[in-house]
Amino acid sequence: MGDLVGQVGPFVAQVSGELNVLARGLAYGLAAIGPGIGIGLVVGRAIEAMARQPEAAGMVRTTMFLGIAFTEALALIGFVLAFIL
Amino acid sequence: MTLFLVAQQPGFDAPDAGIFLTPCIVNFSLFGIDFCVNRVVLYMFLAALIVIVLFVTAASGSGLVPRGARNLVESVIEFVREQIVLQTMGAEGLRWLPLLTAMFSFILVGNLFGIVPGINFPVNSRMAIPAFLAGMVWIIFNAVGLKEQGFAYFKSVLFPPGVPWPFYILLTPIEFASVFLLRPFTLAVRLLANMMAGHLLLTVFFLGAAYLIQRPFTIPFGILAFVFSVAFVAFEILVAVLQAYIFTILTAVYIAGAMHPEH
Repeated sequence: MGDLVGQVGPFVAQVSGELNVLARGLAYGLAAIGPGIGIGLVVGRAIEAMARQPEAAGMVRTTMFLGIAFTEALALIGFVLAFIL
Repeated sequence: MTLFLVAQQPGFDAPDAGIFLTPCIVNFSLFGIDFCVNRVVLYMFLAALIVIVLFVTAASGSGLVPRGARNLVESVIEFVREQIVLQTMGAEGLRWLPLLTAMFSFILVGNLFGIVPGINFPVNSRMAIPAFLAGMVWIIFNAVGLKEQGFAYFKSVLFPPGVPWPFYILLTPIEFASVFLLRPFTLAVRLLANMMAGHLLLTVFFLGAAYLIQRPFTIPFGILAFVFSVAFVAFEILVAVLQAYIFTILTAVYIAGAMHPEH
């Protein structure tokens, strides 16, 4: 029994270490999906608005950057999480 | 017994978060707190010094036609005034212009250190500095809210008008977390993560290019990686300016939001 634990222990440690790497990758990858779609929507709509009303481009651009900043926060938290895990 | 068949290339050590840990140059203890002065601290003071010297030089110059440093500083101030303050706070926000300009310049210089040859370390990729700046912003916008609106500030933040009352059960905790906890956290993490990611990207690409170029079969890839790493330097300049802009504009938005109750 003790021999079995001696054999399995290092294996479990190695597998969990490699799963940790997998978790880091997944944490960032999954966190990037939503903000990716979100930033696409924000910028796409902003371009649409600027093309329809070029005289409002300055205001739209400011608001667009704000929208991007709020949307990308989740992706960045995922990026930091990948390092913390 | 490896789970992944594609093992890491032998010989190439991919850089990780360890590149952000720099050894202490000076260690000292003050009032029971241990201080460690590493090169990031020196760069932080250098960034502050550059901003101070630039602004003092610009202010001491006289004459109607701006020259040299004054040209640069005037364009920075005009950018903050036109693109940040007037766009988000209106004319009454102009008294925040000095703070926002100083913040913008300090963050910009600190970010640009990431691509300055010989320094090559974005100051804001260590959490201490973005966290301090975000904490400062948190104190400022809450103080402004309390000063302008009194205790009704908390009411206007936590119980936004125009909502049927049962929704407050759901809305109030969300608003509390989003305004008082998540705002400073995301403000700091946004700046940190962007600069950290950029620095890691540059390190990986430059080290990878150097590694590939040394081996005969991978020279074309090495050259390609080098071309891309130069392109990423240009991209990093864009990110440095954009993040300084975003940090400052979010500060302006938070202060403007605290000045007037939501309608």
